[in-house]
Amino acid sequence: MRHCQSIGVVASLIVATLAGPASAQMFDWVPESRAGGKLLLTGGVSTIEGSGGGGLATWAVTSGYGAEDGIGGNVHATYVNLPDYELRSWGAAASFWDRVEVSVARQEFDTGATGALLGLGSGFTFTQDIVGVKVKVLGDAVYDQDSWLPQVAVGVQHKSNDQGAIIAAVGGRDDEGTEVYVAATKLFLAQSLLVSGAVRWTDANQTGLLGFGGDRNDDVEPQFEGSVGYLLNRNLVVGAEYRTKPDNLGFAGEDDWFDVYAAYALNRHLSVTAAWVDLGSIATFEDQRGLYLSLQVGF
Amino acid sequence: MRLFLLAAAVFALPVTALAQEADAPLELPPVVMSTEHPGEVAVEPYDRSNAHAGATPFEGTAMLEAFHGVEGIGRVVDAMIDLSIEDPRIAGTFVSHDMVRLRRVLKEQFAYILGAPVDYSGRDMATSHRDIGLQAADMGALVENLQIAMDREGVDFRAQNRFLAKLAPMKDDVVTR
Ligand code: HEM
Repeated sequence: MRHCQSIGVVASLIVATLAGPASAQMFDWVPESRAGGKLLLTGGVSTIEGSGGGGLATWAVTSGYGAEDGIGGNVHATYVNLPDYELRSWGAAASFWDRVEVSVARQEFDTGATGALLGLGSGFTFTQDIVGVKVKVLGDAVYDQDSWLPQVAVGVQHKSNDQGAIIAAVGGRDDEGTEVYVAATKLFLAQSLLVSGAVRWTDANQTGLLGFGGDRNDDVEPQFEGSVGYLLNRNLVVGAEYRTKPDNLGFAGEDDWFDVYAAYALNRHLSVTAAWVDLGSIATFEDQRGLYLSLQVGF
Repeated sequence: MRLFLLAAAVFALPVTALAQEADAPLELPPVVMSTEHPGEVAVEPYDRSNAHAGATPFEGTAMLEAFHGVEGIGRVVDAMIDLSIEDPRIAGTFVSHDMVRLRRVLKEQFAYILGAPVDYSGRDMATSHRDIGLQAADMGALVENLQIAMDREGVDFRAQNRFLAKLAPMKDDVVTR
């Protein structure tokens, strides 16, 4: 956690510098780079994988507040407290002209005391790095209110896990994986309702935290992730998410993920997301439900 | 920049009119005031139609009530414009434009869309914004000011969003850059 905090502080400093009055000059080297053209929360919040979305599910929006004539970016730190584990994630995303989003994230899946029970050693931690690119292909989730067409984006995420040997020992096939997804997001403004769905082609075990492919199944398969959100006011959205996952490993079953969340944007530079997540069974430890807290700083 | 030149030109009108005789001819249309609407600058004639409002009106009176009637709409439009002409992001856009006319036709447009028995007498959105050169971020800024204005009027958030859903598609006509 101390790690997260110091990164959070450094990140806030960087973002404060970028988003400050100097931004106009700083962004001179990127054409069409006005900051802050989008409305609050319309870039989503940072997912645990670094891209813009609802927290667990990825959306078709580009992260940050740059509109077609601008750029946006943010950093995030996320902490998930589960009965037998702890998940930490931090990363950064940058979006150009509300078209292309690039993101990086590091996840730490900390087994804590459970590590000893699993024979891995207390505090054993899987670390996964994720690099992602998302491209908006059509539609505008916010402004196209005269049509049913959602905003659609395609994306790719490359994930690499640092615990190849353990992953192999539990039946995982790979410590690296590349996932492709298609996401569709629509704000039904007249109903104050946001709906988003994505299909991700993946063979990741617990999103890659336990590697890719397994003894039970080694095929890449489409999985679904979806969010709904209800806007309570300009700053606050509450909602729920669902994410299906493969079940590739023989030694431990894997469940779909679910959460209910509230995302609060203080302004374009700071937002906080709190959620109650149900991550089901992880590495034989059942009922991993707990609190999800995420801080996002950006422009 | 063009706008500033225009502003300067309008101010300098009597002077340039004189100077024109001596120097190279400077083509500047004279400012003619509207006879129909005192205080407004006359505009080129155009067809009038409620279709120019760019959206179909709400049925029933719920939306109109949420905005506290035509008076409430007037306050919302005035607050939105007051905020926008002070907003460093977009203030420059309004310089040298006829704010008396803009306030009047915007009030008509909003009232018409919100279901009041009011006709819209202004130009269509594409024509009105064709030469302004707005970007998507300008639209965002204006919507934000409108949201603040609606908050101040105490318009229920869900009603705000229903109204914004009518305005949102106009972005295609308004944003030209
Ligand atoms: C959905 C969004 C918008 C609506 C509904 C809207 C509505 C209107 C209306 C009704 C007029 C007057 C038309 C007439 O004179 O006949 C107008 C003119 C104007 N609008 Fe907008 N507008 C929108 C967006 C914007 C934005 C984003 C800006 C700038 C930030 C802007 C700046 C102006 C200016 C400067 C004029 C005056 C044009 C002139 O003097 O001829 N508008 N708009």
